[in-house]
Amino acid sequence: MGNKQTTFTEEQLEAYQDCTFFTRKEILRLHARYRELAPHLVPLDYTNNPDIKVPMTLIITMPELKENPFRERIVETFSEDRQGNLSFNDFIDMFSALCEASPRELKTIYAFKIYDFNRDNFICKEDLEKTLNKLTKGELTPEEVTLVCDKAIEEADLDGDNKLSFADFENMISKAPDFLSNFHIRI
Amino acid sequence: MEVDATLDSGSEGKPYGTIFCLYEARRRSKNRRAKAQRKKKQVSDDEDDEEDEDEAPRKRGRRKRTKPQDSDQDDEEDKRSVRQKGAKASRRKAANEERDEESEEDQGKRKKGGRAASKQEKEDQNKEKKGNVKGKDETNKGSEKDKKKKNGKQSSSPVSSSEDESDEESMSEGEIAALKEQVEEKKKLIATLRNKPWRMKRRLVLLKEAQEFVEKFEGALGKGRGKKLYAFKVMMTKVLMGLPYGSIPRKTVPRSEQDTAMDFSVLFDFGVRILGVPCLLPYGSWDRLQPPGYCKYSILFYGYYNNERTIGVLKFRLPLSYLLTGVGIFGYSLMVVIRTMARNANEGGDGGDEGEFTFSWKMFTSWDYLIGNPETADNKYASITTSFKESIVDEKENQKNENIHLRRFLRILANIMILCCLGGSGYLIYFVVKRSQDFAKMDPASLTWFQKNEVEFVMSLLGLVCPPLFETIAELEDYHPRIALKWQLGRIFALFLGNLYTFLFALFDEVNAKLETEQELKNATEWAIHEYNANYSSYYNTTDVPPLVVNPADAVRGPCWETAVGIEFVKLIVSDMQVTFLTILIGDFGRAITVRFLNYCWCWDLEAGIPSYAEFDISGNVLGLIFNQGMIWMGAFYAPGLVGLNVLRLLTSMYFQCWAVMACNVPHERVFKASRSNNFYMGLLLLVLFLSLLPVVYTIMTLPPSFDCGPFSGQDRMYDVVMETITQDLPAFMGTIFTYATNPGLIMPAVLLMVLAIYYLNTVSKGYQQANLDLKKKMKMARDEEKNRRNNKDSTNQVMKDLEDLLPNKSLIPPPTEEEPPHDIVIEKGSKSTKMKPGSAGKGVNLQKEVSLAAPNPRRPVAHPPRARGGPPGHLRGPLPGPGRGRGRGAPPRT
Repeated sequence: MGNKQTTFTEEQLEAYQDCTFFTRKEILRLHARYRELAPHLVPLDYTNNPDIKVPMTLIITMPELKENPFRERIVETFSEDRQGNLSFNDFIDMFSALCEASPRELKTIYAFKIYDFNRDNFICKEDLEKTLNKLTKGELTPEEVTLVCDKAIEEADLDGDNKLSFADFENMISKAPDFLSNFHIRI
Repeated sequence: MEVDATLDSGSEGKPYGTIFCLYEARRRSKNRRAKAQRKKKQVSDDEDDEEDEDEAPRKRGRRKRTKPQDSDQDDEEDKRSVRQKGAKASRRKAANEERDEESEEDQGKRKKGGRAASKQEKEDQNKEKKGNVKGKDETNKGSEKDKKKKNGKQSSSPVSSSEDESDEESMSEGEIAALKEQVEEKKKLIATLRNKPWRMKRRLVLLKEAQEFVEKFEGALGKGRGKKLYAFKVMMTKVLMGLPYGSIPRKTVPRSEQDTAMDFSVLFDFGVRILGVPCLLPYGSWDRLQPPGYCKYSILFYGYYNNERTIGVLKFRLPLSYLLTGVGIFGYSLMVVIRTMARNANEGGDGGDEGEFTFSWKMFTSWDYLIGNPETADNKYASITTSFKESIVDEKENQKNENIHLRRFLRILANIMILCCLGGSGYLIYFVVKRSQDFAKMDPASLTWFQKNEVEFVMSLLGLVCPPLFETIAELEDYHPRIALKWQLGRIFALFLGNLYTFLFALFDEVNAKLETEQELKNATEWAIHEYNANYSSYYNTTDVPPLVVNPADAVRGPCWETAVGIEFVKLIVSDMQVTFLTILIGDFGRAITVRFLNYCWCWDLEAGIPSYAEFDISGNVLGLIFNQGMIWMGAFYAPGLVGLNVLRLLTSMYFQCWAVMACNVPHERVFKASRSNNFYMGLLLLVLFLSLLPVVYTIMTLPPSFDCGPFSGQDRMYDVVMETITQDLPAFMGTIFTYATNPGLIMPAVLLMVLAIYYLNTVSKGYQQANLDLKKKMKMARDEEKNRRNNKDSTNQVMKDLEDLLPNKSLIPPPTEEEPPHDIVIEKGSKSTKMKPGSAGKGVNLQKEVSLAAPNPRRPVAHPPRARGGPPGHLRGPLPGPGRGRGRGAPPRT
């Protein structure tokens, strides 16, 4: 970029390029976006890897996430401290995993984590109910919600433990026609 | 977070594990080697130690030196024995050499041993990895253990740190191989790092480690320590691996864009490419400018291009390239369409598994993460809610049963009506085309505008009226919306196709008529020239007649049927465009304005009520695009400029429709995803491509080209150009090869082979399908079993139940009687278990287990007192009392 001020060293950029699906231009743009969220917090100079985190409340104001019913979950999933605060590493990680080039397997893993609200490594009925209520803005009656959740578990649960393990989830999602086209964020 | 933990630990374990293992592997084999050397050689320790360090650099060189001498080993030894009597120094040297040779042999042995060792190491490593995956705690333990091991090794073996460095130099082949593998692994890790679900921090750390490792040991492997060479090698491996890590995934077109732009881009691409050769070289030789229409003689149409064999210094062969482009377009399009279809088929079950995961898919994949607009988000929420409600209703309806006869009748009725519509529209077009041919023979001045453009008008009108009509009729059928949509699309497709083909057949009549006129004209002009020559020679009394000079504009012209066909297609496209634009302006924009402004002074709510706003008809528009493409495919050969025209049309209509959608349409009530039936549309496109290929190829192969216009004028058939090129421009042997290749004797077996290959592949794919089904069944069984075990109840599998009921003993058991008192059962159970034991002494344990497993099963009809039913007299199990029989399983082993 034309900036006189260097944001990243050459090595950092190389490293980020190897660790994400982004080009160096995109990495710099992501940094700009990240900095935009909290200009007073995030320095322009990232060459010495400052340990700075932007809180979730700021992250979810991004237009890419603003309308997403699962925005809090997404941010929490990718935040290293699990509180929703994102360092730049987490931030770039998030958009790398959600970008178009990232493979189905990776997306499946993160989708599972996102939908696993209580982080017990299973998508259980409560997770499903939460998902459903977020998706429909709570416009379904409780009976309908229970029915849908039961049906979903019945469909996808392979080992019969009444909750979806990662294997169940993977099996189900691998056949979904819309998953890849829908589960991505363009930045 | 178990998943997280396992993955994390796995990831942590791996690199450390590999690095460590590498060190350890080297150390171990080193030790082994050192010990072996010591034992074998029995040379003084200090000497050995001395040499061990400086031997390494020398060794390589010496090995090289000794290698060529290997064959002369014996001679050398003889010499050595002679020399032994000489100076001590020389003896010393010889000994040294001997040792070297020995060590070489050792190395050969060690090579194998080392490999085995490395394998072992790997296994160890794998075990370690597995262990690591189990959990962080174990990883820590494992690493601790590893450290201990390491320490132990270090303390037990006197390996100095200086040796460690020299190690790199003096590694055995096995070690090198192992190291290479490690390096490869590291490289792979670097390449796939971005696919790992790890935290960025860890990724960065690992990347650094891996890179350092690779950098360090790439050099150590003795294949050029220069960084440049390393970089080159990495690059090469990237290229060779095919799955590169630097550039490709990030720089290719994103998948979603491919998907979303599919319908458009396909159309677009062809458009641009068709423009290729002919239009870029407007080598105009004839001045065909004439008042009735400049366009008719412009580069837009076939007639513009002439039949000069080569053009310019580069000898550009226009006729040949015209033909090859025309045919190449079809080949390329076919390839692209089929490839896209194949890719779509690979990606996710296309409709195959539909219905299996309705609810879960809706739950997990219905939200589009790209949505960033509040209004769109609201729409999406609403549509998701409705789709859930629909699914619920569907689910409930599945159990219901209704009057199937009425429905059948209605469906048949609807289909009859639609067939009538299709037939009617076909006839109408045929009629109109015929009439237009009559009109064409009349004086153009006396015709009205409508009469001139009747065909296009009627076709567009039919395209406008019929689809809504079909939709209305389809209401009768009451299909599920998704199925209804497919029917609707299929019908519209049939309509368009029927119309297009009627149009084509009518056009062929016209072409034949034109060919006849052309023949007449040709004869007439030939006769005229003959007359002219005769007159000239008789008048001037000379035989060398100067050629007739005629202004090209005055020359007699044939009808040039190719241009006529091209013009028809251009007219069709233009009128289609006009109709599209007008429909949008009136149907969408006008309607939106009326609804919006009349709503202030109307007695009911127009926006929510009857007229409301128009919906954007995705499927109809996509079909329109497909047909447009079909027409382009058909027409491009006769009107190369059509392609450019179409590009313009598509561009304008895209922006126009985009505006219309944003401004005056409301989203479809049922959100219809084009991506779901992607292959459906691609299939339609393929069909259209094939159907538009037919007439073009037919004309190329059978109809004689016009005599006086176009690149093929003067030839019998268009493809003669190819023959001409082969005979004239290519070397002779190519011609012979070509004649052999086109020999039917060769083509027939080739076709046969292809058919057989298709048959074989088809069989194989069927086999795979079967295997898939079997696996699915197995999975389901396993699932049922799991559930069964969990509930500890009866088998839920209906088949198993039925089979159990069919067991021989069971059928003899009378149904359980209700009036039995409950305590009887208890007694019976107790008595039975005691009785079973002695009877089944051989397999006692097993059987008992089974029995005890089966005992709580409520379905088994065991609730009888022992004496309630005596065994039938003919039964084999005489000595056994009744209750044993009830088990069904206890009986067989005893007999």
